[in-house]
Amino acid sequence: MCLGIPGRIVAISNAERKLATVDVSGVKREVNIACIIGERPIEACIGDWVLVHVGFAMSVIDEAQAAETLRILVELGEAQQEIAAMRASGRA
Amino acid sequence: MQYVDEFRDPEKAASLIAAINDLTKTLALHRDHPLHIMEVCGGHTHAIFRYGIANMLPPEIEFVHGPGCPVCVLPMGRVDDCVAIAETPGVIFTTFGDAMRVPGSKKSLLQAKADGADIRMVYSPLDALELARANPTREVVFFGLGFETTMPSTAFTVLQASAEGLMNFSLFCNHITIIPTMRAILESPELRLDGFLGPGHVSMVIGTRVYDFIAEQYKKPLVVAGFEPLDVLQSVWLVLKQIAEGRCEIENQYGRIAPPDGNKAALSAVEQVFELREFFEWRGLGSIDHSGVRMREAYARFDAERKFAMPSLKIEDPKACECGDVLKGLIKPWQCKVFGTACTPQTPLGALMVSSEGACAAYYQYGDLEGLRDKRHADAA
Repeated sequence: MCLGIPGRIVAISNAERKLATVDVSGVKREVNIACIIGERPIEACIGDWVLVHVGFAMSVIDEAQAAETLRILVELGEAQQEIAAMRASGRA
Repeated sequence: MQYVDEFRDPEKAASLIAAINDLTKTLALHRDHPLHIMEVCGGHTHAIFRYGIANMLPPEIEFVHGPGCPVCVLPMGRVDDCVAIAETPGVIFTTFGDAMRVPGSKKSLLQAKADGADIRMVYSPLDALELARANPTREVVFFGLGFETTMPSTAFTVLQASAEGLMNFSLFCNHITIIPTMRAILESPELRLDGFLGPGHVSMVIGTRVYDFIAEQYKKPLVVAGFEPLDVLQSVWLVLKQIAEGRCEIENQYGRIAPPDGNKAALSAVEQVFELREFFEWRGLGSIDHSGVRMREAYARFDAERKFAMPSLKIEDPKACECGDVLKGLIKPWQCKVFGTACTPQTPLGALMVSSEGACAAYYQYGDLEGLRDKRHADAA
């Protein structure tokens, strides 16, 4: 109920009721997109990756933010490797 | 799938665990006095067990499982109310599947269904609306529960019913709200917490600024966290880093989903349909001021509470059930006397054993049950 699942908006099915067809891992379902339209025309939502909760798209997945989080993790990994290497050489 | 696999990368997990171990050493903690990090949200509890995250961390760090599983905190009396509505002639009662097996004082919704009540599991409140359109001579009731994550979906559904003039749809509103709940946790004298993993999807709706008081007034670090293994590990690392550096701030690890100001359209729908209740009764935690919402007068004709006669009784949990103490983090699920014996996911006594987001069900499903039983015997000896 609270976890949600990512999917991609492939079509607008009912503009008046703000309903769109969302493809979730190959399964297509009608989803309410009222929360993510914002100031845009509704057709502009097609192609968006969204997080779907109980039949409602609740958030557009922010690719830049996702990339930033992953970048921090990569950096942390590199830093850890360096620290490990320093420790190993310190013992030598 | 978009940004799911990327956040399950074992290599990155290994470096995060190494970083967490390093910070734990810096903090010079003792395993008899571990750091207590509360994951507020049941989704995190589920992730922590599903991916075995607690076992990846050093023993000096312990998770305290918070009250953020809406099904688990539902008091028995409310389930009785659901059954009473569902057994009213002419009613189609719709609910998320999670709530079907929560025990009431006499029966669960699943048992009521077996006894002949027309109870249907739905994926979305919109499915309940569709049932109302298709069955104009029946009254379709949707059982709305959850924190701010699901609250907007229910609000939009009521707004849609109102726009269409559907007269045979109503909502039994049991939505709860996170901020007063967190304040109650922070005010509880029994709880010693060092930091929080903040609920990712509640924050997607309400934003992250609303937690500022936790850092400012209560001086606790909080990191809004996602639900993949790397999200949880990185958030634990960020909490530890704050503690090690003597900071207490609200940080957002889940920026890809949760914006600082939340979701404007969702918040405005919620504001339009719901208002705060004076108090709401929680299983195990008792009554918490302003922790629930009800429907505004303007939407009274969609309000099941106004439409139906319900017992609305306060029913105590069974004596053997220690859900309350588990919910408050005072005991671990396996320390409850009936855990895994009289109370299992097949025959739950308490709500924490019902939902997959409940701490007891998570321990039962993913925990080392033999090991836990040995530990319990050792504790008792």
